[in-house]
Amino acid sequence: MSLRIVVCVKYVPDATGDRHFADDLTLDRDDVDGLLSELDEYAVEQALQIADEADDAEITVLTVGPDDAKDALRKALSMGADKAVHVEDDDLHGTDVMGTSLVLAKAIEKTGYDLVICGMASTDGVMGVLPAVLAERLGVPQVTLLSEVSVEDGTVKGRRDGDTATEQLEAALPAVVSVTDQSGEARYPSFKGIMAAKKKPVESLDLEDLDIEADEVGLENAWTKVDSATERPARTAGTIVKDEGEGGKQLAAFLAERKFV
Amino acid sequence: MAEVLVYVDHVDGAVRKPTLELLTLARRIGEPVAVALGAGAADTASALAEHGAVKVLTADAPEFADYLVVPKVDALQAACEAVSPAAVLLPSSAEAKEIAARLALRIGSGIITDAVDLEAGDEGPVATQSVFAAAFTTKSRVSKGTPVITVKPNSAPVEAAPAAGAVEALSVSFSEKATGTKVVSRTPRESTGRPELTEAAIVVSGGRGVNGAENFAIIEALADSLGAAVGASRAAVDAGWYPHTSQVGQTGKSVSPQLYIANGISGAIQHRAGMQTSKTIVAVNKDEEAPIFELVDYGVVGDLFEVVPQLTEEVKARKG
Ligand SMILES: Cc1cc2nc3c(=O)[nH]c(=O)nc-3n(C[C@H](O)[C@H](O)[C@H](O)COP(=O)(O)OP(=O)(O)OC[C@H]3O[C@@H](n4cnc5c(N)ncnc54)[C@H](O)[C@@H]3O)c2cc1C
Ligand SMILES: Nc1ncnc2c1ncn2[C@@H]1O[C@H](COP(=O)(O)O)[C@@H](O)[C@H]1O
Repeated sequence: MSLRIVVCVKYVPDATGDRHFADDLTLDRDDVDGLLSELDEYAVEQALQIADEADDAEITVLTVGPDDAKDALRKALSMGADKAVHVEDDDLHGTDVMGTSLVLAKAIEKTGYDLVICGMASTDGVMGVLPAVLAERLGVPQVTLLSEVSVEDGTVKGRRDGDTATEQLEAALPAVVSVTDQSGEARYPSFKGIMAAKKKPVESLDLEDLDIEADEVGLENAWTKVDSATERPARTAGTIVKDEGEGGKQLAAFLAERKFV
Repeated sequence: MAEVLVYVDHVDGAVRKPTLELLTLARRIGEPVAVALGAGAADTASALAEHGAVKVLTADAPEFADYLVVPKVDALQAACEAVSPAAVLLPSSAEAKEIAARLALRIGSGIITDAVDLEAGDEGPVATQSVFAAAFTTKSRVSKGTPVITVKPNSAPVEAAPAAGAVEALSVSFSEKATGTKVVSRTPRESTGRPELTEAAIVVSGGRGVNGAENFAIIEALADSLGAAVGASRAAVDAGWYPHTSQVGQTGKSVSPQLYIANGISGAIQHRAGMQTSKTIVAVNKDEEAPIFELVDYGVVGDLFEVVPQLTEEVKARKG
């Protein structure tokens, strides 16, 4: 039987661009280029490797996001995923992690799955908790923050490098996995891959398709509220000296003045 | 006064510093009730009482060590039902964030992660967060349910505030899903003898400019002269010069020490994301155009192989 893998990928503003907030205190997407979150490329890569090892596997990439988010799906398809699902709806603007996880869970259930693979965190929100919440919603094991992952005989195994220890984890499928940037470099799409991606199916779904009411998602119904966002004042220009043989001593004097020595 | 649940991060009963910081913040909102789980849970009580815990709820069962995350979510949920707290605070470790998020969903509450400050507000606790690689500071609150908030290390001082700290057993019945993910083996990290990276008052980091694993001895010597932790950029980690557990930045540790010293690090946005909230920032870099100099309180344009050993000697001399 075929192994059905769903990879959750997010379309994010470029971290090296000038990111800021819109008037409603959500992310302003207008002035910054978007792209497939670099940390989700690792998830696509591990999906491709797991699919390679399996007798028969199918990889679906899934995103919840605005129209432009199709770019992220295209990139994942050109890396080698088989098909894509894009959940898009005007009512989704400003949805928080609880709402996003609901939408992803419904879309994953509708698609059908044995294994869900996420990135370790999105490069804009950086909460890093969505995979755990998704596992809770789907009622399946979470095997998260893996630096190594493999699937064999209906079991997923992986290594988790925690704060105080390294753990070897194991769970029966279906399960939700997330992988870190230590899991192995993601491949670049080949020219052939880019051409092939143009013909791969991208299914569009809206909230109605997923039986989700408008009042379960969106900024107004988020379970948290941002009251203010202020730009961090530029750090006051520091002292910069050129080392002419005494740089280390000068630095030590500064540290002493600040009472660090 | 309303009770505030504080999840205790401990290793065999030794309470980690971020938990003591949480108690300081919890006291701004209400009376801290600590929840300690797993082996050594009861041994945490005296340290917690000293820092303001009025009560310490403890539970120990093999499930906490043998299965990932979910048993602890079950226990915290039981604690929420027993206490009806005004808020639940957890440290921002990778594991505690996952526990927090699953708990929040179960109890129908919003979650805020990685707060750097917390105060009481008319409509519940107000959390300060630092976002977009610390370019912005936001103030947020939970608008649904019992606020669940995770707080970064070094966000508050550790304060002595003696309280009863009465130990009470928490009764937990594990959910069917608790045993879904088995921890087959666990290898504790070997201690370097230096302070924990995220907890340290001073962090000394090395990047690609250090140019080799053996040269990290120079960075370590400076760190040791200052009693500091050692950090590394991803470039240094990817090159295999220093372990990934020491990586500072977006996909490594986020640090917020009193003093951060960057050596041979250019200051890429992903590195900044993990250190920009440091109080005082110092850099040594031979390229005067390096972006790290935009952040520094004091910068030396020069060769780290000259500057750093001289600095180490001078620090030692001054310390006598
Ligand atoms: C998704 C993603 C996540 C990432 N996460 C992280 C992260 O968590 N942490 C992180 O650090 N990076 C991260 N990066 C990588 C980041 O973009 C940079 O590539 C990295 O930080 C560069 O490390 P560096 O400053 O040591 O190296 P470089 O950028 O190569 O800089 C080396 C510096 O050393 C200086 N130098 C060289 N020799 C000397 C000398 N003898 N004396 C003094 N100075 C010298 C040079 O002038 C230069 O400025 C991430 C990237 C991506 C895409
Ligand atoms: N809008 C989204 N669409 C698809 N996947 C997402 C979305 N948001 C988050 N994810 C997935 O969840 C992971 C962690 O996200 P976060 O908790 O937001 O840091 C990401 O790496 C993605 O795999």
